[in-house]
Amino acid sequence: MSEERFDCIIVGGGLAGLTAAYVLAGEGQEVLLVEKGNYSGAKNMTGGRLYGHSLEKVIADFAASAPVERKVVKERLSRGVGDDMVTVEYDSAGLACPFGESYTVLRGKFDRWLADQAEEQGAMLIYGVRVDSLLEENGKVFGVVAGDEEMEANVVILADGANSLLAQNLGYKAPPQINQATVGVKEVIGLSEEIINERFNLASGEGLAWLFYGNGEDQVYDAFLYTNTDSVSIGVTMMLGEIDHTQNSVPQMLEDFKNNSKIAPLLEGGRLMEYSAHLIPEGGENMLPKLYGDGIILVGDAAALCANLGFTLRGMDLAVESGLLAAKTVLAAQEQGDFSADTLCAYEKALQESFVLACVKGGESCLAAVKAGGYEEDPISAFNTAMGEAGIK
Amino acid sequence: MAAKVNVAEKLGVNKFNTDEKNSHIDVDKGYADKKEVDRVLRACPAAIYTLDDNGTLFFDYLGCLECGTCKVLSEGKLVKSWNYPVGTKGIEYRLG
Repeated sequence: MSEERFDCIIVGGGLAGLTAAYVLAGEGQEVLLVEKGNYSGAKNMTGGRLYGHSLEKVIADFAASAPVERKVVKERLSRGVGDDMVTVEYDSAGLACPFGESYTVLRGKFDRWLADQAEEQGAMLIYGVRVDSLLEENGKVFGVVAGDEEMEANVVILADGANSLLAQNLGYKAPPQINQATVGVKEVIGLSEEIINERFNLASGEGLAWLFYGNGEDQVYDAFLYTNTDSVSIGVTMMLGEIDHTQNSVPQMLEDFKNNSKIAPLLEGGRLMEYSAHLIPEGGENMLPKLYGDGIILVGDAAALCANLGFTLRGMDLAVESGLLAAKTVLAAQEQGDFSADTLCAYEKALQESFVLACVKGGESCLAAVKAGGYEEDPISAFNTAMGEAGIK
Repeated sequence: MAAKVNVAEKLGVNKFNTDEKNSHIDVDKGYADKKEVDRVLRACPAAIYTLDDNGTLFFDYLGCLECGTCKVLSEGKLVKSWNYPVGTKGIEYRLG
């Protein structure tokens, strides 16, 4: 029933999909983005800290107008729990952070803002529609199916998140193994801006990113704490396979963590505002799906573009960069009038040349890539040295 | 150690657009392997897999956070099929 053929249909209104929509629409492409939630961000969740460098390339100085919570100026890394906790603190302002400025964000707010920007560029966004399958013939993708509706396009960008059932059904991606997926569980706890400033020793607008390693008696989970403007995001992450190495439940891990003697006082008097959970693809290079094919490109979490680099967890800046590179690839394909894999392979090459795949392939090579970019500081070494001096392995 | 977590209370602050008619996850409630049931039950962030005193498994999809943990852990075993809720339905994060 297709009345109109789009230049590009994007499945999923998170950061990767929205970035692609923004760039393509800005270049005059007829873009349709389909999101199953009632707005962009409705199904999305982050810890979360957004490294701004990739979005800066798309929307310069975005933080001046986007609903970021706080700019991260302070980082802490801890090992141990409660009274046995050892913490190293960096002052990011003095650290020359290798990825530029970073911000704490809440996706329900942030993604809606980016969606508004994409719409202003001319992208068409429809909400509340779940894409059920892809239109495909002889391996060539040419549209999407949602309920009774079929919509066609020259190219489809899959930005449908960590579970990406569409990529799995298309045979581009195997379901993640239990050692390739981490579950993150988070509470957003409301506290006044003044109390947050006081308890974390921050000025207004300044934020803290705090990661905790090897928590609980069985050390099966990690944890995080980020300060938002007037709330704290606190959560735990556990590689799914670890469930076989503990008797505890995931929700109880978060409860235990919140109640440890070092954390509980920081949250005192706070009010739970939201409880959320999400999967994080952490399989590294081995988990990468087929990234492109005839008429199709995978971006963001759907492409498992996520990296746990030890001192930081990153997915959002990789998602934005992949959306940008996918859009550039589609624009080049448009010029050539060829949307086959032979043309779209430029996307994987671009990912290889960017920081994205270096990050996915592991912390060491990412750091090398960062250093090759002229950065001198090495946060991992700094942390390890400090931990060594403190007698912590 | 902390008190036992009350997950239902936490889910109570969330916004859900409940689809009263259709479960987006099909669970094999008669699944015999108790060990498998136990690991899914403990891993689910929403604690929507529960056992009563007689060991009968209950599953309440309405509180699902759509993370996919049970799918990855137990698809083809305890989880017979897994999809997202239809458009507009399910969890709706205001903050995220």
